[in-house]
Amino acid sequence: MSAIHCHQLCKTFRQGDEIITGLDHVDISIEEGEFVCLSGPSGSGKTTLLNAIGGLDTPDSGEIRMGDIRIDQLERGPLADMRLHHIGFVFQAYNLIPVLTAQENVEFVMQVQGIPAAERSRKARDILREVGLEGMEDRRPAQLSGGQQQRVAVARAIVSHPDLVLADEPTANLDSVASTHLMGLFSELNENHKITFVIATHDKRVMSYARRLIKMQDGKIISDEAQ
Amino acid sequence: MADVSLVLAWRNLWRHGRRTWLTIGAMIFSNTLLVFSISLQFGSYDMMIDNTLQAYSGHIQLQHARYLDEPKMRYALPDIDASAQTLRKELGLSSISARAVGFALASSHERSYGLQILGVDAEHEPLVSTLPGLVKQGRYLDPAAVEEIVIGSVLARNLKVGPGDELTFLGSGFDDSFAAGVVTVVGVFESGVADLDRSMAQVNLGYFQEIFAMQGHGHSIVIRAAHIDDVDQLMADISTLKPASDKLAIRHWDELQPGLRQAIQADMTSAWFMYLVLIVLVAFSVLNTQLMSVLERTREFGTMMALGLQPSRLARLVMLETALMTSVGLALGITLGCLITWYLSHVGFSYPGMEEMAVKFNLPDRMYPAISPVSLTLGPGIVAIGSLLASIYPATRLYLLLPIEAMRAA
Ligand SMILES: Nc1ncnc2c1ncn2[C@@H]1O[C@H](COP(=O)(O)OP(=O)(O)O)[C@@H](O)[C@H]1O
Ligand SMILES: [Mg+2]
Repeated sequence: MSAIHCHQLCKTFRQGDEIITGLDHVDISIEEGEFVCLSGPSGSGKTTLLNAIGGLDTPDSGEIRMGDIRIDQLERGPLADMRLHHIGFVFQAYNLIPVLTAQENVEFVMQVQGIPAAERSRKARDILREVGLEGMEDRRPAQLSGGQQQRVAVARAIVSHPDLVLADEPTANLDSVASTHLMGLFSELNENHKITFVIATHDKRVMSYARRLIKMQDGKIISDEAQ
Repeated sequence: MADVSLVLAWRNLWRHGRRTWLTIGAMIFSNTLLVFSISLQFGSYDMMIDNTLQAYSGHIQLQHARYLDEPKMRYALPDIDASAQTLRKELGLSSISARAVGFALASSHERSYGLQILGVDAEHEPLVSTLPGLVKQGRYLDPAAVEEIVIGSVLARNLKVGPGDELTFLGSGFDDSFAAGVVTVVGVFESGVADLDRSMAQVNLGYFQEIFAMQGHGHSIVIRAAHIDDVDQLMADISTLKPASDKLAIRHWDELQPGLRQAIQADMTSAWFMYLVLIVLVAFSVLNTQLMSVLERTREFGTMMALGLQPSRLARLVMLETALMTSVGLALGITLGCLITWYLSHVGFSYPGMEEMAVKFNLPDRMYPAISPVSLTLGPGIVAIGSLLASIYPATRLYLLLPIEAMRAA
């Protein structure tokens, strides 16, 4: 159900008297299991597009479908459920819950998803091992490095195997070793679990992992190439 | 991890430990105070009821069915002495005493005053009433004697008589005949109850029945239960022995002293007004704490919404935090309140000036709060409900959040 189709998406922002273009008639189709990078300079509309796809923001006009569902027309409640059960988000600023440990941060979303306690605990432990955080389960975000926090955020996003992962500049705060490690993990999840990835970045190394590269500028798609 | 939400709520509370403790402290303070004052209130009501009922009316009275509304000579019960004797035997309770009541004009050498004259069973009267024990000059009635009278202190002053002086009284008897007697004052009582001290006198029942031509009749059988909690059971027992009829009514103290409940209710109303102020203050403190805590965490709540949590889920988290905070305040407040109240319910306590009042009005010279499940939980329970209600407003703020805007907040 994770194929995404965007049709003539437009979004503008008003800042004082100024009208800023976020998305300008964007058409895009992403099939199940793809690994797509959105690139482009800062302000080109990458985040705006990810937010629209994830239902965090509604476009001014145009359509977004995920499978048969019109994301842009869903009510708040079903939209939240959609995100909870089908979409994993990785934010640029990690956005972990500071009072919870790595393990608890991962479990929290699973509890909301309704996964039983024993299964939750086991899955969280497994995924943290998979992202290379074995032994750090009981640390709180403040006791982890930026790269480690980002890996917790990734673990939280992928632990329940969503259909789609939307990652916004996931390596912006990581050094090159951590970036490489994270991208390796994404590729592996994409291949082994058929999770669709859409990653916004202006990091050249990240783009090299993508099998499809979409370039944006001023809210428009200026190129869309397989590589 | 059994419940991450619970862990999350608990740790969130201690992010601003001092602020949380201040709020919990306000709860502990008001819960302790409420437990103590409500227990004290209940204790003093018990005392008030006991003292009032012990002075004169007793817990239960058997009367002619019409006597309560129209206290007339002719609404009397036959063979009253024998009936009282039977009841004492059947119930195995000695604090049961028969009375007859009449009105008369009493004259000393100098003056005349109207008074209520009571014929009492001088042997059993001290078991149902504290009046016989409050004779301050002279002595109480001798059960065997005739032509003796004890009178209230104000009446004695008005009539200018004391023990040893003679009084003449005139009234009308049971059969509307003329009733008159000459008696010697043997004692003067001082109850502190103005009505009794001003206008009451007691003579022996036998003598009364003779003078007022009662033919064995009397007006009430007064019963004092061992404890006020036994009254209802006792009433039930009595009504099986002596079923109520159009001639006989079994009266609960509530009917005999209608002002008492009202006085207690009036006192409760004014006390609850003060409690309410306290509860509202605690509720506002909770409101403030939770509102600040929600506003500070806008970004976190935005993230949670972006991850797919419904606003209702976040609202529940805030309510859970309040519930945890309230539970701590409830547990500590009740414990502390219980300890203090329990201690004072054993040693009692008094405030300056209380002892003088106590001597004057025949009250115990110390107050004893009465701990009960209700007095322990009523106040704190309402504080808890008030606190939870107060956190509804901060919780509803979450419904206004939009995830991306919230995530952009500092
Ligand atoms: N909430 C907002 N209010 C005003 N302008 C915004 C808002 N969000 C995004 N924009 C503007 O929209 C354009 C696209 O932004 P964004 O999608 O964040 O770009 P990118 O992620 O590619 O850096 C930028 O010019 C940005 O300033
Ligand atoms: Mg961006």
